[in-house]
Amino acid sequence: MITSQLPALQVILPLAAAPLCVILHHRTLAWVIALLVSIFSFCISCALFNQVLSENTITYAMGGWVAPWGIEYYIDKLTAYMLLIINGVAVLVLLGARRSIENEIASDRIYLFYTTFLLNLTGLLGVITTGDAFNLFVFIEIASLSSYAMISLGKDKRSLYAAFKYLIFGTIGASFILISVGLLYVVTGTLNIVDLSEKLLIADNRATITTAFVFFVVGIGIKAAIFPLHLWLPDAYTYSPSIVSTFLAGTTTKVFIYVLIRFVYSLFGYEFSFFVESFHYVLMVSACAAILYGSYLAIKQDSLKRTLAYSSIAQIGYMFLGISLITELGLMSSLIHIFNHAFIKVGLFLAVTAIIYSYNTDSIEKIAGLAKTSPFVFLLFIISGLSLIGVPLTSGFISKWYLIKASLEADYWILVFIIVISSVLAIIYIGRIIEAAYFKVSDKQTATVDLDKKIPYLLFVSLVFISCINIYFGIETTLNVDMASQIANELINK
Amino acid sequence: MDILSSFNYWAVIILMMIGFYIIIANNNLVKKIIGINIFQTSIFIMFISMGKVIDGTAPILSESATLYSSPLPHVLILTAIVVGISTTALALAIIIRIHTAFGTIEDDKIQQEIK
Amino acid sequence: MNSQLLISASLLLPILGILFISLARKNANLREISTLIVSMALIYVVYSLLPDVLNGIYPELYLFDVTSNLVIHFQVEPLGMVFACVASFLWLINSIYSIGYMRANKYKNQTRFYIYFALAIASTIGIAFSANLFTLFIFYEFLTLSTYPLVTHKETEEVKRSGRVYLGILLATSICLFLPAIIWTYQLTGSIHFTPGGVFDKYEDPVIILCLLLIFVYGIGKAALMPVHRWLPSAMVAPTPVSALLHAVAVVKAGVFSVVKIIIYIFSPSLLSNTIDVNVLLYLSGATILVASIIALRSDNLKRRLAYSTISQLSYVILATALLVPISIMGAVLHIVAHAFGKITLFFAAGAIYTTTKKTKVSQLNGIGKSMPWTMLAFAIGSLSMIGIPPTAGFLSKWFILQGALDIEAWFAVSIIVISTLLNAAYFLPIVYVAFFRNSEIQRDRVYHEAPFPIVFTVFSTACITIILFFFPDIPLQLAKLLIGENI
Repeated sequence: MITSQLPALQVILPLAAAPLCVILHHRTLAWVIALLVSIFSFCISCALFNQVLSENTITYAMGGWVAPWGIEYYIDKLTAYMLLIINGVAVLVLLGARRSIENEIASDRIYLFYTTFLLNLTGLLGVITTGDAFNLFVFIEIASLSSYAMISLGKDKRSLYAAFKYLIFGTIGASFILISVGLLYVVTGTLNIVDLSEKLLIADNRATITTAFVFFVVGIGIKAAIFPLHLWLPDAYTYSPSIVSTFLAGTTTKVFIYVLIRFVYSLFGYEFSFFVESFHYVLMVSACAAILYGSYLAIKQDSLKRTLAYSSIAQIGYMFLGISLITELGLMSSLIHIFNHAFIKVGLFLAVTAIIYSYNTDSIEKIAGLAKTSPFVFLLFIISGLSLIGVPLTSGFISKWYLIKASLEADYWILVFIIVISSVLAIIYIGRIIEAAYFKVSDKQTATVDLDKKIPYLLFVSLVFISCINIYFGIETTLNVDMASQIANELINK
Repeated sequence: MDILSSFNYWAVIILMMIGFYIIIANNNLVKKIIGINIFQTSIFIMFISMGKVIDGTAPILSESATLYSSPLPHVLILTAIVVGISTTALALAIIIRIHTAFGTIEDDKIQQEIK
Repeated sequence: MNSQLLISASLLLPILGILFISLARKNANLREISTLIVSMALIYVVYSLLPDVLNGIYPELYLFDVTSNLVIHFQVEPLGMVFACVASFLWLINSIYSIGYMRANKYKNQTRFYIYFALAIASTIGIAFSANLFTLFIFYEFLTLSTYPLVTHKETEEVKRSGRVYLGILLATSICLFLPAIIWTYQLTGSIHFTPGGVFDKYEDPVIILCLLLIFVYGIGKAALMPVHRWLPSAMVAPTPVSALLHAVAVVKAGVFSVVKIIIYIFSPSLLSNTIDVNVLLYLSGATILVASIIALRSDNLKRRLAYSTISQLSYVILATALLVPISIMGAVLHIVAHAFGKITLFFAAGAIYTTTKKTKVSQLNGIGKSMPWTMLAFAIGSLSMIGIPPTAGFLSKWFILQGALDIEAWFAVSIIVISTLLNAAYFLPIVYVAFFRNSEIQRDRVYHEAPFPIVFTVFSTACITIILFFFPDIPLQLAKLLIGENI
C-alpha cells in the first residue's frame, strides 16, 4: 500500500518537515529533524530505485487526477538515479552540518537554515520526480528561492550580495523556462511531459517550438551555470556558509542538467534537438570554453572555495560535453560524471568546510602546515582531489575514461585534447592546495589554529564516508555505470 | 493584419524588454526588483492572452454557452503570481539586510565595498 | 606455495611493512628492523616465483573488474620477473643503506620516509606484474604519487619547486598522453591486455601505429626520453637513497620497463618492423643519449652528472628495443639489470661522499680516494659498468645491443653506441682519476674517513654484484631468452 505512495512521499516528506523546524524553533532539534527526514528520503529513493529496476517506470497521479489533466509524477530509471544522488548528498551534507552551521550562521537563524534546506531538498526532488512541465517550474522556483535564502544566511555580508545576484539571474532563468512552457502549451494544449512529447511530434507550428526550445536552453543554461551564463556561481559558492556551498555544489547544477537531458531527450525529442536545431554544436563549444575557462581561473584563485567553484564550472562543462557528443556513450559518460562529480565535489567542499571550521580561513596561503595539524582531513581532501583529477581507482577516473572513450568514438580529437589539458590544470589547482597544506610554514602568515575547535566528529564521519564512496565507485562501478548505460540506451533508442 | 492579430505578443515583448532593461541598466537594487516584476508580468500576460478563445466566454458552466476560453492558463498564472510575489518578498528582505550591512542599495557602491 | 598466493603476497608485503613501520614509529631500531625483515620476506616471495617462470609457467592473479573490460589483473611473465627481482633485491640493499645514511645525516621524519619507500616498492611490484595496461597505469600513477613525499623530504623552498616539476611532468605526461593512448588502443583493438604477439591487427593503419607508439613513449614520462626528462634532474634534491631508488630501482626502470613491455606485448616487434619505420624512435633515443651525455659531461654537480647519465642510459634500453632484433632486446633486458646495479653503486658512493664530507661537486673530489678507498673503488667499478668495460655487467648488455645493431646493419645505432661510450668514459673516468691520483689542498687540514659501515657495506656489495653478473648472467639471460623466444 505504502509503496504505491512513495513518489508523492518523496517530495512531501521534506516539505512537511520544513514548517516543523520553524514551529519547534530549536537549532539542534531542527538538525535532528532534517537529518532524519533526509535519511528517510534516501530510503524512499532506494526503494524507488529498486522498484524502477523491476517495473521500468512508475507513474503516480497526484490527488487522483489522471494525466494529462492532473499532475503526474513520473519515475523512470533516470529519475531514480538522480533521486539517489541528491538524497545521498543531502544525507552526507546534513550529517556533518551541525557544528559548522553553528560556527558560520548566527545562532538565532540556525533553525531557519534547516527549514530552507528542507525546502530546497523538496524543490530539487520535485523537479526530478514531476512529469508536468508547469509543476516543474514551480519546483524550480521552490528550490531556487530557498537556495537564495540559504546563501544569504551567512555571517559574511558579501553573501547577501551574492544571494541577490543569484536571485536576479535565477529569476530571469526561471522566467525563461516559464515562457518556454507557455509556448509549448500554446502549441499542444498540454503540460504533461509524456503527452507533450507525443503532441510535439505532430504539431506543425515549428517556429513556436523553436522559440520555446531557445528560451528553455537559455533558462536552463543560467540555472545550470553553463558558460557563459555562469556568472552567479563563483560568488554564490564562495560567500555562502560552507555547508550551503557544499550542498549547492553537489546538487543544484546537476538537477538542472537532469532537466536539460529530460527535456532534450524526452520532451523535444532527440532528433529535433540535435538534427533540426544543431543544438549540440552550441553545447559543445560552450562546454569546451567552460572546461578551459573554469580550470584556468581555478588556478588563479586564492580562496579555497572560489577555486572549487571555478572547478565546478569546468566540471559542469564535462557533463555538457558528454551530452553534446549525441552518442549513447557520450550521454552515458555525462550521467556517470553527474554521479561521480556530485560526491567528489561534496567531498572537497566538506574538507574545506572542516578546514574553515578549525582554521577560520578560506585562503590557500594561510593553510600551510595543515598536513601536520589535521592529517586526516588533509588525507581525505587528497582522496577527493585525486578523484577530481582522475587518478585511477577513484571515481573520477571512471568518468574520465568514459568521456575520453566517447570522444574518441565520436572522432572528436580536439575534445580529447581539451579534456587532458583541463586534467593537467586540475592537477595544478588541486596540487597548489595540497602543496600549500603539505609544506611547513615558511613565514608567519599562517592563521592561528583554534585548538578548541577540533574537527567535529560527525563532519569527520561524513568526510570518511564520502572518501569511501569516491574510492568505491572507482573500483566497483556496477551501480552507476550499468545504470547510466541502461538510461542512455533507453533515452536514445526510445 | 498579421501584426495586429498578434498584438498581444507585441505587448508582451515590449513589456519584457522594458523589464529586462531595468534589470540590467539600473543601479538601484529595488528598481532591479521592479524590473523583474515587470518582466514577470509580461509573461503572465502572455499566458492569460493565450487562454482566450475567440468568441469563447468565461469558463463557467452554463447552458447558454457552447464555447469557453481555456481556464488552465489562468490557474497556472495564479500560481506563477504567487511565485513572483515570493521572489519579490525574498528579494526585498535581502535588500533590507544589504542596506543594514553595507549602508547602501546602490549596485556600484556595494561592488566597490566588496573589492 | 600457491603461485596466486605468492603474487598477492608480493603486493601485500610492502603494505604490511607500512603497518609495521608505522606501529614501530616510536622506536627507530624496531622500525628499521621491520623494514629489513619485510624486504627480506619480499625477496623470498619474489624469488620463489622464479622457478615457475623459468619453466615457462606464468602464474596469474585475476582480481576484479572495475567496469567492463577494465580488469585488475596480474601475470608474472619473464620481463616482469626480471624487473621484480631487481626491485625487490635492491629494496633490501637500499634499506640497509638508508639506515646508515638517514641516521648519519640526521634526517627528520624518517618514519614517513620508510613508509613511502615501502609504498613505492609495492607500486613497483604492481607495475612489474601487471597483466594489462590499465593495471600498469594504476600502479604507474601510484608510484608517482608515493615518491613525491620522498623527493620533497627536506621540505625547503627549493625542494618544493623541484617537487612541483617532478610531480607536474610525470602526472601531466601520464594523463595527457599515456591515458589517451591506452583508451585509444582500447578503442581500436578492444583489448589492453598484454598479449604475446600484440593486440593490433596486422592491417592497422601505419600512421596510427606510429602516432600511438610515440604517444606511449612520451606518455611514459618515467622513461625520461628528451624532452620529458626534466623531472629527473630536479628530483636530485631528494636524499641520496631516494635518488638511488628513483634512478636505479623503481621509477626510471618502471618507465623503460613499461616502454619495453608495451613495444613487445601491445605492438609486438614483428608488427612494428613490418608496418612502420621505427627509425623515428631510434633517432629520438639516440639524440637523447648524446645530448644527455654531453650535459653530463658539462655538469660539475656529481648527482646532476649521474642524473644525466641515467637519462642517457635509459635511452639505451629504448634504442635497443627499437632495433626490434631478438638479440638487442635481450640486451635491453640485461641493460635494465646491469644499469640498476651499476647506477645504484654510483649513487650510493655519491651519498657516502656527501655523508662524510658534505661535498657535492666533482671538482671538490681531488684525492678523496685516499681517505675513502673502498667507496671510490666501488665507484670505479660502477663507472666501468656504465662505460661497458669488462668484467662488469654493463659490458654484456652493451655487447648484445651492439651485436643486434650490427646484425641488421643499423649504422646509426652503432655509431651512437660508440660515441656515447666515449662520452661515458669522458665523464666518469676523470672522477676516478682525480679521486685517486690527485692531491687536494683541503686534504692536509682534515682527514676524512669512510662513511658508516652500512653505507660502505652496501656500496661495495652492489659493486661486487655488478662484477658477479658479468660472470653469472644466467638467470636474467634465461628470462630474456624466454621473453624473446615466445614473442619473436
